Amino acid sequence: MTSTTTPPRSATTAVALSGVTKVYGRGPSAVLALDGVSLDVAPGEFVCLVGASGCGKSTLLNLVAGLDRPSGGQIGIAGDANPGLMFQEPALFPWLTVEANVEVPLKLRGLPRAERRERVAELLRTVHLAEFGRKRPHELSGGMRQRVALARTLALDTPVLLMDEPFGALDAMTRDILHDELERIWSERRLSVLFVTHNVREAARLADRIILLSSRPGRIIYSTEVDIPRPRRIDSPEVAAIAAEVTERLRTEVGRHGQ
Amino acid sequence: MASDTLTSTARSDAEISGLDALEIAGREKEVSRGTRLWAATWPKLAALAIVLLAWQVVVWSGWKPPYSLPGPLVVGRELATQAQGPQLWEGLATTLRRAAVGYVFSVAVGLLLGLAVARSRVLRAAIGSMITALQTMPSIAWFPLAILLFELSEKAIFFVVVLGAAPSIANGVISGVDYVPPLLLRAGRNLGARGLNLYRYVIAPAALPAIVAGLKQGWAFSWRSLMAGELIVVGISQTSLGAQLTYSRELSDAPWLLSTMIVILVLGLVVDAAFGAADKAIRRRWGVLDQAGQ
Repeated sequence: MTSTTTPPRSATTAVALSGVTKVYGRGPSAVLALDGVSLDVAPGEFVCLVGASGCGKSTLLNLVAGLDRPSGGQIGIAGDANPGLMFQEPALFPWLTVEANVEVPLKLRGLPRAERRERVAELLRTVHLAEFGRKRPHELSGGMRQRVALARTLALDTPVLLMDEPFGALDAMTRDILHDELERIWSERRLSVLFVTHNVREAARLADRIILLSSRPGRIIYSTEVDIPRPRRIDSPEVAAIAAEVTERLRTEVGRHGQ
Repeated sequence: MASDTLTSTARSDAEISGLDALEIAGREKEVSRGTRLWAATWPKLAALAIVLLAWQVVVWSGWKPPYSLPGPLVVGRELATQAQGPQLWEGLATTLRRAAVGYVFSVAVGLLLGLAVARSRVLRAAIGSMITALQTMPSIAWFPLAILLFELSEKAIFFVVVLGAAPSIANGVISGVDYVPPLLLRAGRNLGARGLNLYRYVIAPAALPAIVAGLKQGWAFSWRSLMAGELIVVGISQTSLGAQLTYSRELSDAPWLLSTMIVILVLGLVVDAAFGAADKAIRRRWGVLDQAGQ
């Protein structure tokens, strides 16, 4: 972890951000991407970050993942865990089979071969791809690749999952199925998820809490709990109602930039 | 918060495998090995036949006397005779040994140099463009200097071969490392690959196609430099292929000259085909092989 990382303030927090600021560049051309973002994710909580373009959603995830350092503020992860990160692209290694892709984080953690094989099989069953272990990524569909990426991230055995518009490039039906899958895996493994999306319906379908970020600079401007019982359906009226409410706020925010 | 009442799995299981089956259906098409081989071979055979025919027509036309330009039949017979004597094989062995030693050394130098330049910003600023400049220098232009430094020896040839091949190989490594998709680097780092492990698990395999392209180009340069060297640096004891070209010209033995040229051409084609096969195998694994090009 980076030197700016400190343990979270309380034991009941999986991810703690306080006053996180990120500036790109220097001098007059500097861009303030994130401005004092404070946010706690409870263990087992599913938080969706919603915002229009340029709200620094991806920047925020990179900071939490430790791939970049904040310009100010603090980021803490419970137990100093290394959070798993998923992108809009599956980012699989094209030169490896599906199995070998999932095996990479296990190898890097130095697990013995027999245990690795067992874990890979279990993870592929989890994402319903047990029969596809010997395939290469290019032989699979987009949704299947994204499930391989999910299995590979789960192989990190991390309690915190960061997801950067992971289903943004998929068709609606595949996305529906992956919502179900993610919800099941999240609940089985009691993961804490920080999920970035610009799709408000998706946020209402998945989240325990939706957080709205403003654009340029990114600030938290609105936050709402979603207490619709699970399992949810993306086309249910309750989900639609929450989505409408968040969309209204988002429109106001986007409109502010047009003036 | 997590609820324990998720009952959607039974529905999804069938749905997921159904969708998977639909989406990857028709992606694999099997063509028999024989058909593929024939499809790849017959255009080459046809081209060869056309070239031989054109050659024969030029000979028939009487453009040049037959002692300067013999026909394919005469040259073919000479080639068959050569194949029975030790001279051709000894020349071939000498040339191939030089090629192998020079190339292996070039690969070592090129890989190390490329990796060093790709890693270090200072080195890149200092010698990055010099490597490209070296590549543009025709290898034959190095020979006068090489002969001054090493006299008419095998060392002079070796010197030029390495100078010709190493920059291409280094450039392959540099561009391979430069063009590793940043997304894969981020994914690799997130999965726990830092430092050397990032090279082992992400950068080296991702750069492999470009490195192989560099190796292939490096071979082409080293082969050309070697031939130029063997033509110029004659007079050392062994009769390499290049030396045989020189001798046959001096003796005005056109069939010998042409048959030696054919041996050189075939050698080049064989090695090129080996590189081509490696390149294709990699691209197939990576999933970037154009289906029409198969």
